[in-house]
Amino acid sequence: MSRYLIRRVLTMIVTLFMIALLTFCLMHIVPGSPFTSQKQMSQAVLDALNAKYNLDDPLWKQFFDYMRGVLHFDFGPSYKYTGKTVNDFIESGLPYSARLGLVTLCFVLLTSIPMGIVAALRNGKWQDMLLMFLATFGVTIPSFVIATGLLYIFSFKLGWTPVYGVDTWKGYILPMIAMGGYSISFLARLMRSSLLEVMGQDYIRTARAKGISEVRVIWKHALRNALIPVITVLGPTIANLLTGSFVIEKIFAIPGMGGYFVNSVTQRDYTTIMGMTIFYATVLIAMIFLVDLFYCLIDPRIKYE
Amino acid sequence: MEPVLQVKDLKTSFLTSSGEVQAVRGVSFSVNKGESVGIVGESGSGKSVTSLSVMQLLTGTGKIVGGSVKLNGRELVGIGTKEMRSIRGKEVAMIFQDPMTSLNPLLPVGEQVSEMLWAHEKDLSRADREARVAELFRMVRIPEAEKRLKSYPHEFSGGMRQRVMIAMALACKPDLLIADEPTTALDVSIQDQILKLMRSIQREIGMSIMFITHDLGVVAELCNRVIVMYGGLIMEQADILDLFEHPCHPYTMGLLASIPDINQDKQKRLQPIMGSPPDMIHPPKGCPFSPRCPYACRVCLEELPPIYTAGEGHVSRCWLLDADAPAADNPLSYAKGGKRG
Repeated sequence: MSRYLIRRVLTMIVTLFMIALLTFCLMHIVPGSPFTSQKQMSQAVLDALNAKYNLDDPLWKQFFDYMRGVLHFDFGPSYKYTGKTVNDFIESGLPYSARLGLVTLCFVLLTSIPMGIVAALRNGKWQDMLLMFLATFGVTIPSFVIATGLLYIFSFKLGWTPVYGVDTWKGYILPMIAMGGYSISFLARLMRSSLLEVMGQDYIRTARAKGISEVRVIWKHALRNALIPVITVLGPTIANLLTGSFVIEKIFAIPGMGGYFVNSVTQRDYTTIMGMTIFYATVLIAMIFLVDLFYCLIDPRIKYE
Repeated sequence: MEPVLQVKDLKTSFLTSSGEVQAVRGVSFSVNKGESVGIVGESGSGKSVTSLSVMQLLTGTGKIVGGSVKLNGRELVGIGTKEMRSIRGKEVAMIFQDPMTSLNPLLPVGEQVSEMLWAHEKDLSRADREARVAELFRMVRIPEAEKRLKSYPHEFSGGMRQRVMIAMALACKPDLLIADEPTTALDVSIQDQILKLMRSIQREIGMSIMFITHDLGVVAELCNRVIVMYGGLIMEQADILDLFEHPCHPYTMGLLASIPDINQDKQKRLQPIMGSPPDMIHPPKGCPFSPRCPYACRVCLEELPPIYTAGEGHVSRCWLLDADAPAADNPLSYAKGGKRG
């Protein structure tokens, strides 16, 4: 087990390094620089700026200098917002993104899994049809359309929820629904098909042959088996939700990390692009790693050697 | 003495979108105390559906549409689900064909066996149950029984898993054990071990066994009496020796002819039964075997034969046994003229 863990951590570091390198290359291939603007700057000013931020160094040196900073959790200064560092952006944005993400995650888990279970157990009946209709709705309609619709009805027409911001708990409701919509639908469908498959397995018939109640057959024998595929997709889902959806944050004017990320790309704010990408990638990889470890707990057949 | 299991005119169908599949079309038999009865037939003959009907474990669209199933004198058709649950596992238990998939992969085997005791013997403590399971594991000859309680199914071979299934089925000492092809998925050497185990356990605790298989050789090793099924009907029923020596149905004769014999001339080919089983959505009007029967006459295609008595405890559903059947070219002429029942 410990050998597996060491190997896993090493591969994670290599993966992160490759992601950083790729992002760095792509970022420099794209024309423009942080200091390109409509107002022509004199060559002397540009040279001075480039010198200040070491942008006149060879690219490989810039890359390794940056990566050395990352090792010390220093993602560098922003080139566009004087006096701000990328760490500042993460520190100010992460609490909002993470809080919204956690709330949404709980909401997603508490709705999608029961929905999937009910749909599977009422397979072919009206409950199943209704839930799967909603789920199809959820995966096909983009989140920004759902968000705008919700805003129009609940904030503008009914006035139940604030139009923007998360100053009160009510502010979380609509972003949570809009952001979770896709994951709920996706996970509910997955849970349904997985449980349906498990219910047809021989060991379910064995359990029934023991004369135990149907509730116990489902709870003790079917659910754990049916959850395995759901857990597999949970890693990326959690990372996605915790780090925030740019679009949703934009629509509801939530000062999360997403906005900084999108702006940094259009503005060629090199350090911010790098910092945010590395941060996102780390969270994603860590979540997948956690899920893999979680498998051990639920499935005795999986042993990491 | 009252039989443990008495099935009368059982009819089970599956309602599918393309029609009613009549898997079992009126089957009557009984299993006495301490007796082992083999039900033989090819795939689709209705033998497994018969056993699942007794257990009331039919899934999906499967439904008992008629007849009666009496276990220890109590009618099971139409019984409440809760009452059926208290019978299932306690009075009648079942082991299944594929031990590789019949155990829950996420639970230790000891716990899975223990659940049977938990369900039916509520006054047992956890420690009592564990001791009983260890005892059961020793009975089915799982080596190092105590240590294996905490093992998971994937740590067992197929034969060992089938032993676990047998231990589970025997946990509450049922009066009737239904074994649905318990050796089909196992290696031949393991098959023999499992059959010997079942025979010795049956002798030990004196339960009745209903043994479903497509292998007449297996039946010969374990059973006192054989029921041959085809097309959802019982074709022939006889004591084991009687059936092998005087088969009274062309289908049984076909089955016997298709068993390889070690002394057989190598040049001689095995005799298969030509054709394929009938479509059970539109079962044939006459004898279901008639399209494949080498002796079929016109009456066979048009009218379902009645059941004839061919000897002591020996019945067969074949027109060749009728008193009016032609004597010439009749393989069953020696048993002809029995009572129609």
